[in-house]
Amino acid sequence: MYDFCTDFRFLDGTLMALTRAQVESIAHLARLELEPAEIPAFQDKLSRIVDFIGELERADTSGVAPMAHPLSGLSQRLRPDAVTEGDGRELYQRNAPQVASGLYLVPKVIE
Amino acid sequence: MIHRHTLTRLAADLRARKLSSVELVRTCLGRIEASQPALNAFISITAEQALDAAQAADRALARGDGGPLAGVPIGHKDLFCTAGVRTTCGSRMLENFVSPYDATVVERLKAAGAVVLGKLNMDEFAMGSSNETSYYGPVHNPWNTDMVPGGSSGGSAAAVCARLISAATATDTGGSIRQPAALCGVTGIKPTYGRVSRYGMIAFASSLDQGGVIAASAEDAALMLREMAGFDRRDSTSVDAPVPDYVAGLEAPLEGLKIGVLKEFFDEGLDPDNERCIREALSVLARLGAGLREVSLPNISLSVPAYYVVAPAECSSNLARYDGVRFGHRCESPRDLQDLYKRSRSEGFGAEVKRRIMTGTYVLSTGYYDAYYLKAQRVRQLIAADFQRAFGEVDLLVGPATPTAAFPLGSKVADPITMYLNDIYTISANLAGVPAMSIPCGFAQGLPVGLQLIGPHFAEQRLLHAAHRYQLETDWHLRIPERFA
Amino acid sequence: MSGWETVIGLEIHAQLATRSKIFSGASSAYGAAPNTQACLVDLGYPGVLPVLNAEAVRMAVRFGTAIGARIARQSVFARKNYFYPDLPKGYQISQYELPIVAHGAIDIVLDDGSVKRVGVTRAHLEEDAGKSLHEGLPGVTGIDLNRAGTPLLEIVSEPQLRSAKEAVAYMKKVHTLVRYLEICDGNMQEGSFRCDANVSVRPKGSDKLGTRAEIKNVNSFRFVEKAIQYEVTRQIELIESGGTVVQETRLYDPDKGETRSMRSKEEANDYRYFPDPDLLPLTLDEEYIEAVGAQLPELPDAKAARLVAQYGLPAYDAGVLTASRELADYYEAVARAVPSQPKLAANWVMGDLSAALNKEGLDIGAGRMPAERLAGLLTRIVDETISGKIAKEVFEAMWASGDSADRVIEAKGLKQITDGAAIERAIEEVMAKNPAQLAEYRAGKDKLFGFFVGQVMKATGGKANPAQLNELLKKKLPG
Repeated sequence: MYDFCTDFRFLDGTLMALTRAQVESIAHLARLELEPAEIPAFQDKLSRIVDFIGELERADTSGVAPMAHPLSGLSQRLRPDAVTEGDGRELYQRNAPQVASGLYLVPKVIE
Repeated sequence: MIHRHTLTRLAADLRARKLSSVELVRTCLGRIEASQPALNAFISITAEQALDAAQAADRALARGDGGPLAGVPIGHKDLFCTAGVRTTCGSRMLENFVSPYDATVVERLKAAGAVVLGKLNMDEFAMGSSNETSYYGPVHNPWNTDMVPGGSSGGSAAAVCARLISAATATDTGGSIRQPAALCGVTGIKPTYGRVSRYGMIAFASSLDQGGVIAASAEDAALMLREMAGFDRRDSTSVDAPVPDYVAGLEAPLEGLKIGVLKEFFDEGLDPDNERCIREALSVLARLGAGLREVSLPNISLSVPAYYVVAPAECSSNLARYDGVRFGHRCESPRDLQDLYKRSRSEGFGAEVKRRIMTGTYVLSTGYYDAYYLKAQRVRQLIAADFQRAFGEVDLLVGPATPTAAFPLGSKVADPITMYLNDIYTISANLAGVPAMSIPCGFAQGLPVGLQLIGPHFAEQRLLHAAHRYQLETDWHLRIPERFA
Repeated sequence: MSGWETVIGLEIHAQLATRSKIFSGASSAYGAAPNTQACLVDLGYPGVLPVLNAEAVRMAVRFGTAIGARIARQSVFARKNYFYPDLPKGYQISQYELPIVAHGAIDIVLDDGSVKRVGVTRAHLEEDAGKSLHEGLPGVTGIDLNRAGTPLLEIVSEPQLRSAKEAVAYMKKVHTLVRYLEICDGNMQEGSFRCDANVSVRPKGSDKLGTRAEIKNVNSFRFVEKAIQYEVTRQIELIESGGTVVQETRLYDPDKGETRSMRSKEEANDYRYFPDPDLLPLTLDEEYIEAVGAQLPELPDAKAARLVAQYGLPAYDAGVLTASRELADYYEAVARAVPSQPKLAANWVMGDLSAALNKEGLDIGAGRMPAERLAGLLTRIVDETISGKIAKEVFEAMWASGDSADRVIEAKGLKQITDGAAIERAIEEVMAKNPAQLAEYRAGKDKLFGFFVGQVMKATGGKANPAQLNELLKKKLPG
């Protein structure tokens, strides 16, 4: 069995590290706010994860089609065009943090 | 003690009116309450609803009605949506989330008469292998409460192990049924992808998630699965194929069954004590008439890295809906929209979930998509092809479910990779979408060891059959930790 | 501004006229109270899953077949990931690498009457987002998700349009087409048919594309034209004054008649497209595609060609009359009733009738002037019961009262006088009343002939048959 723990490094032994800026930009894209103090820890762990998955590079996948779904050969089923759902607003909005006049509210979005 | 009886036996006794569901449910509720400080297996206990349901089951049984599971106490992993009962997914994000609808699995088990005692603890959004990422505190292994129960379905495994309930629903994205089943010494089955509806099962990684069962025996798992499985028009990935009666035919002899022993699963990473148990189990299967031969899955070593691209990618997108607008946690007095998003999500999600969201965001982003995501999808194809080739030669594959027995709480949380490698033997079945089980096959230094059985697509019956025959020969599945006996 | 070439590509979003949403069973009807048509799937609730609407697929295939495009035997739904309050799941289900429709073409008629073929790169299925409401909510934005999940067909043109006018002609043609196909109601006020325009300029003769600006969500033909014109001028002036165009999203402000940068969306988006694991690849077999193709109605171009061939209409008239299926059907109903005069029918439909409809903002389908009623009027022109001039008066009365032509003619006594003796009597009276003019005419002032026509017409209330009148005047005036 391949030893993942020690061998997910470049040939020269360096770890492929993510920069602080990269981590911040990923966090922003994912709409996560990281405390400045937690960034180094995320940077370290994400770098190790990225390094680990970098192992895939070794696989020879020439001529192999990507597999998006475990049951290949199946095709999307179609639903008849019928209205089956009624008004559930009152029930559905019980979970909503802030609503008014049936609308979900968020801080002002400026266009 | 009625709690020690299997679900199959309890269902029969209830039907025969040898005991009442109310009596059974009261006993279980008492055991659950008593176990909580030590195990923390439940996030929500629904005593009142359970007693109402038990009464209804008793009335139905008295009339000679009631489904196949009438009156039987079960629990749901807390990512199956239950109407009117909060569903937390082990996260602060959904601390106050009450689903307006029932998951298909919940609906079906309800229709079969099962009585739900509560919602089971789990790793946050099913991301974890030790149950330590739960916002509601870790679950403890009933065999040794200093040890993890495995994850993410740790609550399901621990609750069945301690016989707090007869069976539990669970889900498996990379091993989340089989790994905790192995670590707690119970029986778990992850069906073929598409066999059990995902509707109402809160998504982690949609192309890998599959609902299944943790029970005390293969026979019990068969009964549960028969009621849960089947086509659901609300799930486009659910397969429209008839569900066999998994309970029927369990007794048939194993003669002639061709079993492949997974070569790569016995390499250096496997703990010697675990290996001893697995080898003994193989000899039992051979004694039962199965033909064993070694089989190789050459690309299996790539399954963990492939998984840690595919699963986070899908999770990063699946968890984008938790934005503090329509449901879920919302931060106090957001300054503006971005602040609302960022603080709500950062407060609502724990560290492991954030790491996976960020990993997924990274591998899908411009410039990295081909190198990671697309590459992983190609590797996934290679792994699926390995299985297909193997199942051209043998009927089932066997190997260990985990490299080691349960490890101490807190021992692996610092290093995500070490934790990820716990799923090294389980992940490939999810990538290929094939069904797999873990059944107890011995003890390594006082902790249970799980034997994994993997079958081709839709061969659940074959898996359950082999597991049942094995369990007729062995009693590992009947062992209960002394404290809960 | 000569020396520059404009390059425009349009992305048209047509809401498909299905009853339910693309992935859920909620109603897609317009105008319901906020969030009363947003079901669990539309809200992106935890655990719910999308299931594809068969009718949305059929409509997309209908469109693809109509523009001679390739219908994908296998197409894939992908997730477009970004955060926005009107996007409940944090991603939009769309199609990216494998759209359902690709490589089609649409012909448009240019001002000089020539035909230009515009390539349609692709048309793909996707879900619409909800709406953000800002008015009357101090400090907050309200989100209505009724529209979320409404099926859209996004129709993407090649960057082959060379002016705002061409862009509008193309957009109108697509608008016509989707309504012919009955896949979209085309209602632009309600946002059922809207358009993003990618606009850039380049020096004439260059084959390199300039940096483009994307003008978002324009929902009228007039605004598209104005927005593009404004944007082209802006870009040329910018470049000529030494600046550079930045690739950005701009919004058209109809009140100010200008486009402006959408700063809030300035930040570069990385949509992280990937195949949606909740949906399987959509596969369509030959049989299905053929069956959908066999159900296509006669399309605008074919219909126009037929009108030219069958009724001898000029191409221009045929083009106008086929702008909508209802208009073309109307015309044909009228033309069939007056088979000898198809051009007369075309003139009336395109002229007086269209003017009257426009004035009241009515559709031909509103039924205000049924085809058989207009045909009744034209029949009376053809059989010379009334003159063309009187017909206009009759038409107005018919429009106001809803009466038939015959009833109006009868009630108002507008029937043409074809009795030669009666016309002769009228001529004699006019001659007697105007001796001076008669003398002048007889002295050689031929121009006065028209004066006498007018006087006799006046005397007969305009009802004298013009041909007969002419003939008799010519006979009687010389004395």
